[in-house]
Amino acid sequence: MLLQQIVTGLSVGGIYALLATGYSLIYSLLDFSNWAHGEVAMIGAYCAFIVVGTLQLPFGLAIVGGIVGAAVISYLNERVAYRRIRHNRSPNMFLMIAAMGLSTVYQNAAGLIFGSKFVTYPGIQVSSVQLGSVYVGVLDLISLICTAIILVILVYLINKTRFGLNVRAIASNSYTANLLGIKVDQCIALVFLLAGALAGAAGVMLGLKYNVYPTMGNIGLKAFIASVIGGLGSVPGAIVGAVLLGLIETFASGYINSGLRDLISFTLLIVLLLVRPTGLFGVDVQDKA
Amino acid sequence: MFNAYQEGVIILLCVNIIAVLGMSVLTGFTRLFSFGNAGFMSIGAYCASILTVELKLPFIPAILVASAFAGLVAYLLGSLTLRLKGDYFLITCLGFGEGVRVLFNYTQDLTGGAGGYPGIPNYTSMPFAVVCAILAFFIAWRFIHSKYGRNLTSIRENELAAEAVGINVIRFKKMSFVFSAVYAGWAGALYAHYLMYITPAMFNLNKSCELITTTVIGGLGSLTGSVMGAALVTLLPEIFRFLSGYRMLIYGIAVVLIILLKPDGLYGYREFSITRVIRWFKNLGKGSKKNKKEEVAQ
Amino acid sequence: MTPVLEMIHVEKNFGGVRAIDDFSVTLEPGKIHGLIGPNGAGKTTIFNNITGIYTPSAGKIMFDGKDITNTPPHTVAQMGIGRTFQNIRLFSNLSVLENVVIASNLRAKYNLPQAIVHTPKFRKVEKELAEHAMGLLKIVGLEDKANERANSLPYGHQRKLEIARAMALEPKLLLLDEPAAGMNADESVELVEFIKEIKESFNLTVLMIEHHMDVVSNLCDSVTVLNFGKTLAEGTPDEVKKNPAVIEAYLGGADE
Repeated sequence: MLLQQIVTGLSVGGIYALLATGYSLIYSLLDFSNWAHGEVAMIGAYCAFIVVGTLQLPFGLAIVGGIVGAAVISYLNERVAYRRIRHNRSPNMFLMIAAMGLSTVYQNAAGLIFGSKFVTYPGIQVSSVQLGSVYVGVLDLISLICTAIILVILVYLINKTRFGLNVRAIASNSYTANLLGIKVDQCIALVFLLAGALAGAAGVMLGLKYNVYPTMGNIGLKAFIASVIGGLGSVPGAIVGAVLLGLIETFASGYINSGLRDLISFTLLIVLLLVRPTGLFGVDVQDKA
Repeated sequence: MFNAYQEGVIILLCVNIIAVLGMSVLTGFTRLFSFGNAGFMSIGAYCASILTVELKLPFIPAILVASAFAGLVAYLLGSLTLRLKGDYFLITCLGFGEGVRVLFNYTQDLTGGAGGYPGIPNYTSMPFAVVCAILAFFIAWRFIHSKYGRNLTSIRENELAAEAVGINVIRFKKMSFVFSAVYAGWAGALYAHYLMYITPAMFNLNKSCELITTTVIGGLGSLTGSVMGAALVTLLPEIFRFLSGYRMLIYGIAVVLIILLKPDGLYGYREFSITRVIRWFKNLGKGSKKNKKEEVAQ
Repeated sequence: MTPVLEMIHVEKNFGGVRAIDDFSVTLEPGKIHGLIGPNGAGKTTIFNNITGIYTPSAGKIMFDGKDITNTPPHTVAQMGIGRTFQNIRLFSNLSVLENVVIASNLRAKYNLPQAIVHTPKFRKVEKELAEHAMGLLKIVGLEDKANERANSLPYGHQRKLEIARAMALEPKLLLLDEPAAGMNADESVELVEFIKEIKESFNLTVLMIEHHMDVVSNLCDSVTVLNFGKTLAEGTPDEVKKNPAVIEAYLGGADE
């Protein structure tokens, strides 16, 4: 029972992490929480569904389709909406409102195109394997492993590559980064592409686990909470926060009451913020006089 | 004069105006985001309903107590969370709003749980709602145009400078938060006694998002803008009822377009003024096209 | 006579970095004291410690005989310390007049019901506030700009507006953070006269950060020279100009 809970918690947390790192990356660059990120994942899930369900192609291609579709949408969000708002020099909150508007658009567009009912990826068998004395879902295990690999690559990308260096430079001061010759807009667009790809992967995994439906993007809220727990703008923080949230939720539903799950995580979140006002790994950006 | 359907729309409009005015003071004038105002609305709605149904209290005292209670909850929550910055504060409000909803789902004996709370008397008449909306606007206007409003605006403009001229930023943020919660509670109480039946799901995160979006569309820092925003968001869907399925899609597109093309909202940082309109019409009379353009661009 | 400001062995650390090391200063009423030193010497950090934005890591700050070491910024302002900022911080979207009126809100003694009913008292107080603010604008020469948006003013006027706003607090102590920054020689001379004027007519004590040595020499009774958070020298402007350690720091360090 306990081991089963832990594996489930970790795999849920892993999916949160794929989304939460996207929130963190974008927050670190633009200081705003991209509320349309959950819908990007939802679009990824539907893209995969089109590939495997409508086009009858193998599931491997569906994963690719989901990742590419989500990445493109995420990129378009930046190019069409966010960039323009930044260039308007509007307050940051406008980015958030635009993101809320976009998420309404995507949710309802998906509802109109695909209908509001749940769809499943055809031909996927969900089985369990015996680990010691407990049964653990194969899907959970696979998604856990995939997530771990993706996250390792991501952390490598951010910490060891030229691209990662540029991203960190912009995060610390986009004005100076620009003076140093870093192409800020291009870099931001790439980050949206990357975040979108991660969200697409998360979307496909969610689709496998809980089916595909227009409002599945609401899971983005959970990922947002995870990134707040970890400290906004911190990628490692987002991963830790996501895994913590996944475990807390699983244990709360398993041992207390699944209906009170969200209430418990929200309460813990507020308590955490009262003790650590910028999350676990967040930095307090002091407004300098 | 009005048929039942029209009366209903007008009542909804008044409810939205009151809730959005509260949001406007908080977001438009203090630059604080709350995704928990639907939570305050539900507190007002449930509290007032329980008072009128169980305790047989008359409507006006019930509204007063319910709004005050919503304000008290905001005061306590704000005391804990207003020290948090930006999105950290925002997420606690969001958590609060969702938490209240889950709580109402689970307090079956008192609130009827997820199934809803039926049998609320139909106290919200159209004239009463209109009077409430006018009163709410009047109070908000005078509040904003006093030292209180100026203090809030200074926090929006520059927190550090506000502190440097002796403004207790946390205290006035709390005042703004409580003000918006009282308005949300007021709106919730009216709403409940119009629908005669409420469920926790009516006051979900989407409702909070709608309140914020309406405020931004109307224009930050403008009370008249907020009223216009509320009118737009309430009336347009009614007018475009025939589009049914596409309604929310169009709404979302409209939000994005307004943010992109009209960054200050319909009436950002200024109030609707009748003299400006008269001047505009006079220029219209004079006929010079160039003049008109200038006025509109202003 | 009680000194207006006394900073006693004040120290401020950020993480492992010591931004101010053992800083002491005493300001007698009516004096103008200057803080000079290269960028990053900790001058603005001293202001932020006085105004309560930062809490000193060690030491004590006394204002008018009262300990203000751990006092929050708004209380410090209410007690009578006005300040300006290095990067001007106005209430940009508000009118010039509103900027000043906000700073005198503390003296608006009416309550919420009175504000909503618009009692005669409310009207009287509001009228007084506006008149008082107009008076201050007249002193800084911005009375004809009262209804313009603060961010539409040219740079020099914004600096003056910031001073007028600080004056609306009716402070005993005025902290000026690089008031002459970005000004040419003529404007600096005008500024010197202006600061002398308001100092006299409002009985002020002034602590100012300034890079322009001519401004400092013309205004300050005494100066402290800082470098990397440490006090290099203290004395009259003429004394410190001759101090070898100061010359070394200025010529050898960042030149400003």
